[in-house]
Amino acid sequence: MTSLTDLTLAEMKAGLAARMFSAVELAQAHLDAMAANRHLNAYIVETPELALAQARAVDDGRRSGPLAGIPLGIKDLFAVEGVQTTAGSAMLKGFVPRYESGVTANLLRDGAVFLGKLNMDEFAMGSSNETSAFGKVISPWKARGSDAELVPGGSSGGSAAAVAARLCAGATGTDTGGSIRQPAAFVGIAGIKPTYGRASRWGTIAFASSLDQAGPMARTVADCAHLLTSMCGFDDRDSTSLDLPVPDYAAGLTGTMRGRRVGIPAEYRLDGMDPEIAALWDAGIAWLRSEGAEIVSVSLPHTRYALPTYYIVAPAEASSNLARYDGVRYGNRVTPPGGNVHDMYAATRAAGFGKEVKRRIMIGTYVLSAGYYDAYYTQAQKVRALIARDFELAFERCDVLLTPTAPSPAFAFGAKADPIAMYLNDVFTVPASLAGLPAMSVPAGLSATGLPLGLQIIGRPLDEMGVLDAGLAIERAAGFTARP
Amino acid sequence: MSDVESATKPFTIKGATGDWEIVVGLEVHAQVTAQAKLFSGASTRFGAEPNAQVSLVDAAMPGMLPVINGECVRQAVRTGLAINAQINPWSRFDRKNYFYPDLPQGYQISQLYHPIVGEGHLEITLDDGTTRTIGIERIHLEQDAGKSVHDLHPSMSYVDLNRSGCALMEIVSRPDIRSPAEAGAYVAALRQLLRYVGSCDGNMDEGSMRADVNVSVRRAGEPFGTRTETKNVNSVRFIMAAVEHEAKRQVDVIEGGGRIVQETRLFDPGSGTTRSMRGKEDAHDYRYFPDPDLLPLVFDDAFIDECRASLPELPAAKRARYQADLGLSPYLAGVLTAEKETADWFETALAATAARLGKGQAEVALRVANFVAGDLFGALKRLGREIGDSPVGPDALAELLALGADGTLSGPLMKQVFEAMLETGDSAARIVEARGLRQVSDTGAIDAAIQAVLDANPDKVADYRGGKDKLFGFFVGQVMRAMAGKAAPGVVNDRLKALLDG
Repeated sequence: MTSLTDLTLAEMKAGLAARMFSAVELAQAHLDAMAANRHLNAYIVETPELALAQARAVDDGRRSGPLAGIPLGIKDLFAVEGVQTTAGSAMLKGFVPRYESGVTANLLRDGAVFLGKLNMDEFAMGSSNETSAFGKVISPWKARGSDAELVPGGSSGGSAAAVAARLCAGATGTDTGGSIRQPAAFVGIAGIKPTYGRASRWGTIAFASSLDQAGPMARTVADCAHLLTSMCGFDDRDSTSLDLPVPDYAAGLTGTMRGRRVGIPAEYRLDGMDPEIAALWDAGIAWLRSEGAEIVSVSLPHTRYALPTYYIVAPAEASSNLARYDGVRYGNRVTPPGGNVHDMYAATRAAGFGKEVKRRIMIGTYVLSAGYYDAYYTQAQKVRALIARDFELAFERCDVLLTPTAPSPAFAFGAKADPIAMYLNDVFTVPASLAGLPAMSVPAGLSATGLPLGLQIIGRPLDEMGVLDAGLAIERAAGFTARP
Repeated sequence: MSDVESATKPFTIKGATGDWEIVVGLEVHAQVTAQAKLFSGASTRFGAEPNAQVSLVDAAMPGMLPVINGECVRQAVRTGLAINAQINPWSRFDRKNYFYPDLPQGYQISQLYHPIVGEGHLEITLDDGTTRTIGIERIHLEQDAGKSVHDLHPSMSYVDLNRSGCALMEIVSRPDIRSPAEAGAYVAALRQLLRYVGSCDGNMDEGSMRADVNVSVRRAGEPFGTRTETKNVNSVRFIMAAVEHEAKRQVDVIEGGGRIVQETRLFDPGSGTTRSMRGKEDAHDYRYFPDPDLLPLVFDDAFIDECRASLPELPAAKRARYQADLGLSPYLAGVLTAEKETADWFETALAATAARLGKGQAEVALRVANFVAGDLFGALKRLGREIGDSPVGPDALAELLALGADGTLSGPLMKQVFEAMLETGDSAARIVEARGLRQVSDTGAIDAAIQAVLDANPDKVADYRGGKDKLFGFFVGQVMRAMAGKAAPGVVNDRLKALLDG
């Protein structure tokens, strides 16, 4: 018999329903796998007692629901009541919330089992998981013929590594500029960021409020669909939450592309694009065409401004969102002897925040400063509107867009020490974030060095179903079976 | 030294080098009357134990988000309508970023770029009866901060977040105010209006209303001078003192060859003076930007109409109506409308009196107004009570006034009965009945009493008949005393005249 941890989430659901194994057995199998894979550093906190208690309750019939007994990892950005929640930052080391985030509350409502809190880039700022105060997460993948440790991508790098290494059936991620999709692509799993407003942001530690969206990461498109249905839904505690019914995505999933129009944005074919990435993209186009889709070329003319726009808007919001970590009420506090309150702020924040977080706070503070605000922030908001308009016009001619997820496969630690080089990793994912659109990454092939590559599908607002269907079509056509 | 000359108009400060005009603009912070805070469900009750009214949102716990309290929006719109202001159907919240321990989020949610209420105005009346219109630039909604307490520990400060997140309306006047008296009248009129609207309780000693006072001076006809801002002044008297002190100080500085620097100052209530808090060079860069956690506030005409329909008759309209329709003097109209509760009480008593007498309100208004503003206010003051808990209710007063109007009670008897009502809480009719205080109009009884008085004072009768008319009052007093105050004064007058002359 294959290991329980190798099952897909859908298979686990079926197995639990058929009483082929118990929720406790399933949880224990994952807890064992986690213990055996601590070198990956995917989890910041493991919660075996919580997981087993939750699983027992499922076995006893005290808990039920569409995700009853499904063992999940939770990105450390989500507050889980009674469990340390740090956002990967020393600032919040030891912080234990007395509240449950909207997304994790939905998962608990549906019977899920929480295995622990997953490592991540500090405050979700990073594309490689190198910025976590709890140490980097190591990808379970290695390039063919190399023993170099690789990044799992970021910021949901712990989620990606844990799902790929079978340390959970699925995981929550959050995506601000690509933090679900890029790590999913790097480790050969699927991940979807829904339309902005679909998933509650309440109780999820904020990075950039106008961009942050939670979404699932799992080994198959169908598994993502199961998790997405549970995670989404209106939350009146989040003013930007959408008060709309959430379809049962797993039930609606068909993978049918007949009659669908797939747009290929010309501007994503960058000069000097990695030929492997270009070839994968072409393969994806061919697969969808053979599935009956009509391929149309579209233009998103403001694409090249997306990255600079993102790196103004996101740090601006972050610089304000992170002001609450001041050492006054909770978390880290450093009081220099003889110092006043401002010295306490400075020392607390100097010690509590890592380099990348400080960099973004400074960028954000700068772009909001008197004299610079109009040139940066106001201008960025205008460009953001143009980028959203690009997508609107493109969606008059097509139903979904197909692009690569990332410009390269996973890289080695330290390979992108220059922050600009790191930021360029988000080039394909950031535009959809700025427009608030649903987008997912699906594993589609391997690089010449044997590393996973992903394709991205971007949909119309609220058309998660269309995105998942196209994702399923790619998944089926690609027949991606590689594993670390 | 400069002297303030307040007798002449326009108001000026007499400096050593000539006259100076003062220019004042007020930013009034009024706490919105609502059960919950602007963006959280925590209570806003005054006087709770420190940090007893703090939600996760107010404490800015990780991942917490603001959700607008619709009641605060409604109150801001109603207030805007009450100052005849432009209501902006689309407004938005911005973050004002700065670090302070009593500001848990590290930013205050406010409305810089798109306030909920635009241009409006408020009419003020000065002591000499002249009126002026003061422009109001805007009203915006914002969060209050918490309170830092610095004197409980030698080296640390404590923070109380009960007030953190309470809704404030910042009501920003145009620089239209020209004297300390106008500043005082403006704040008093605004406070009265807010209490009428019910959007702020106006309790200045609880911090529900406080003002930032912007003052500059100039010579007549010159452009505005450099202004200073004196923060958080919390009574009408202090606001007037702050204006006066600051204007004098500025004149002294300028005439002494100095220059006014744009700065933030603090008012010291003890000395009535202001002192520098921070200069322009220390001014914060607040890095305002739209709060991405909140959607714009958008409302339609129906909502605005609903807010308008919910407004009571406002003080200015009420004053005008009392004068025009009820024939009251400006003074009576003013005192009876000073507080909405008083006006409501008066109107209830007026309606009840008119109904009892079967007369129009205008016919009985003066009688009711005089009694309320005179006897009732006096009694309440003596008893240390508010009109809301007056021992005599408006219906009971109407009954008393009706007994006066129909001749059952004379003026002095009414006062007696009223005192008894205050003491016992009984109705006027019951007291009249129980104590036999009914006015006597029977000429037989009155004639008998008059005759007895005349018989007892033959010398005075002779003097009167000899031309000493002033003695008439003496006879009236004697007759009334003899009849224990119950005689109908009109009848006594008539009969006394007849018997003396006859």
